[in-house]
Amino acid sequence: MSSRDEILSRVRRNQPAPQPLPDVPAFDGATGFALERFKAAVVRMGGRVVDPPEDGNLTSFIRRLFPDAKVICSAVPEVQGNRPLTRVRAPAELEDVDVGIVRAVFGVGETGSVWLTDREFGVNTLGFLAQHLVVLLDPARIVGNMHQAYRERAQFDARYGVFMTGPSATADIEGILIHGAQGIRSMTIIPIALP
Amino acid sequence: MKRIDHSEASSKFIKAKDHLDFHDKRLWDLRKKRDRESEHLPEWEELRTLASAIKEHTLTHLADYLEEFERNAIANGAHVHWAMDAAEHNQIVLDIMRSRGARTLVKAKSMLTDECDMRPFLENRGIEVMETDLGERIQQLDDEPPSHIVVPAVHKLRGDVARVFSETIGTDPKNSDVHYLAESQRQHTRPYFLKADAGMTGANFAVAETGSIVVCTNEGNADLSVNLPRLYIASVGIEKIIPRIEHLGVFVRMLSRSALGSPITQLTSHFRAPRDGTEMHIVLVDNGRSGRLGMADFWYSLKCIRCGACMNTCPVYRRSGGLSYGATYSGPIGVIIDPTFNLRKYSSLPFASTLNGSCTSVCPVRINIHEQIYKWRQIIAERHQLPFVKQEAMRVAGKVLSSPKLYRAAVETAGTGIEHLPRFMMYSRLNAWGRQRDVPAAPQLTFRQWYLKNRGKR
Repeated sequence: MSSRDEILSRVRRNQPAPQPLPDVPAFDGATGFALERFKAAVVRMGGRVVDPPEDGNLTSFIRRLFPDAKVICSAVPEVQGNRPLTRVRAPAELEDVDVGIVRAVFGVGETGSVWLTDREFGVNTLGFLAQHLVVLLDPARIVGNMHQAYRERAQFDARYGVFMTGPSATADIEGILIHGAQGIRSMTIIPIALP
Repeated sequence: MKRIDHSEASSKFIKAKDHLDFHDKRLWDLRKKRDRESEHLPEWEELRTLASAIKEHTLTHLADYLEEFERNAIANGAHVHWAMDAAEHNQIVLDIMRSRGARTLVKAKSMLTDECDMRPFLENRGIEVMETDLGERIQQLDDEPPSHIVVPAVHKLRGDVARVFSETIGTDPKNSDVHYLAESQRQHTRPYFLKADAGMTGANFAVAETGSIVVCTNEGNADLSVNLPRLYIASVGIEKIIPRIEHLGVFVRMLSRSALGSPITQLTSHFRAPRDGTEMHIVLVDNGRSGRLGMADFWYSLKCIRCGACMNTCPVYRRSGGLSYGATYSGPIGVIIDPTFNLRKYSSLPFASTLNGSCTSVCPVRINIHEQIYKWRQIIAERHQLPFVKQEAMRVAGKVLSSPKLYRAAVETAGTGIEHLPRFMMYSRLNAWGRQRDVPAAPQLTFRQWYLKNRGKR
C-alpha cells in the first residue's frame, strides 16, 4: 500500500465519533468609525496612516515622504516610479527598491491589516524586498474584523494573498521590538479612493 | 533509549540566575499581554469554543478533509506527497530537491521539520539549509534546537547572541546592541534569499476547501522564502487541516493574541498555487498523528495550533527552560505529545507540572492539557516507568494520605521534624522538593489543632 493509502486508512480507522461543524457568526457589533479604528490599529502594529495631499499629486507627495529614496517602484497608475514593473524578469531584481507602492483590495478595522494579492503586487517580492512600502487604500473598503475579511471569499482564489499588518518585525532577542526584520522597514498607508 | 531526566536537566538552567530571571519575566510578560488581548475581546470565550469545535469536527472527519485538500491542491497545480514518518518526509524533500538540481534551501520556522530532524539529514547530503527566522537562525548557528515553539531563542540573552553571531557571521563580539544584532542578521540573510534554489515553510493551517497553505509570521522571511526561489516546499502535519476559508477568521483572531499578545501577526500569508514557471510541493506528514487520533484520552492534543500560550503561563516551563525537556515540543503541550513518540524516553515529562491547570485555561482550542498530564502519569506509573525514588515516595504518600489517622500523626510530627532535622536530611538528593527551595518555618499548630482550639467548641 502507498503511504497515502496507508495514512488515510489509519486515519479512517482511528477517527473518533463524528462531531458537528458549528456555524461561525460574523461578530460584527463594532464596525462603526471603521477608518478611525483602522488607523489606531495600524499605529499599534508599527505602521502609519498619512492623509493624501490636497493638490492630489501623489508622486511628488511620496517623494517628499522619502527624500532619500533612489529606486521607486510603483504598481499603481496614480504614482509614477522610476523602476517599471513590466520590465522585471525575475523577482530578485527588486532587491534594490527603496520604496514600493501598491493598492490594497481592502483593510481590516480590528487589526489594521491590508489585503494584497499577486494581482496587486504584479511581482510579489515588491512587498518584501523593498525597504519601505506605501499602500493606497480606499477608506470605503475597510471591513470590521477578520471574520468579515474572510467572507470576501473570491479574494482567496488568488494564487498568493497576504494580510500585511505594519512593517516586518521581530522580538526574538530579549523581546525587544525591531521594525524591519527581513522584509519592509516601514509601512505607510494613504487612505484614498480609486481615481 | 535513554530516559530524559527533566529535573536534572533543568538544574543546569536554574544555576544561571540572570538567564532564569529574564526567562521567567519575559514569558510571564507574554502571558500578561495575552490576557490584555483576550479581555479586550467580548467574544473570546465563544471563539475558544468555536475553535475547539471546528478542530474536533475536522479531526473526526479528517480522512475526507485530507482527500478534499489533496484534490484541490492538485487542481491548483501543486504536487502533493504523503509521508508516513520523519524518514520518509526527509527523503521526499531530498528527492524533490535533487531531481530539480536544487542545492540551497531557505526556510521559515517549522516545528514539523524539527520534529523530523530534517536539517542534519539534508546537510549531510550536500544541501545547504538556512533558517531565516531570527530566533531559529540563532539556534541553528549555536547548534541547539529551539527552546520554545514561537520564540526559539527566548532562553538566550543579548550577550549570548553577540557571542554566537561574532563566532559565525562575523559581528563585533563587543557589540551586543539588539538593533545591531538583528540588522546584522538581515544583511547576512538577504543574499541567501536572492540566490536560493528552493524555499520552505511549515503550515499554521491548510484549508481543504481551497488547497491553500496559510502561514502566520512576523519577520517577512516566509514570504521571501516562497516568492523568490523557483521551487517551494511546504511541510504540513495532517492535523493542520481546517475545512473552509471562513474558519480562518476564528483561528487567526486567536493565534497571535494567544502567542505574543498582538492582535495578529504582521503577515498572514495564503499560498494557494505556484507562480508561473515555478513549482509548489506539499508534503503531508503523519509521523504518529494517525495513531494519536485513536487514543481515547489523548487525541484532543491534535487540536493544538502551536501558539505557545501554555508554555508562557507554565511555572515549571518558565523556570526550567525548553531545552530541559529534551524533546522537540516542550512545556505543557510537549508533556502530553512527547510520550506518544516514545513513552520510556519521555516518561519523566508528565511530572514536570504542578497540575495547576493554567495551561488548560489559556489554551485557545480548549485542550484539557492538565487532565491529560494526569492521565499520562497514571499510564507511566502502571507501566513501571517511574524512577525508584519517586515510586517509593508515592507508595508511602499514598498510604499516609489514604488514612486520616496516619495523616494527622504525620502532619503533627512533621512540624517538629522540620525544626529539628539537620539540613543534610531536608536537602538531600532523595528529597527532590528540598533541592530548589527552602521549606518555610512550620506553624505553631496544624490546621486541625487550630480548628479544634478556636472553632471546635461550637
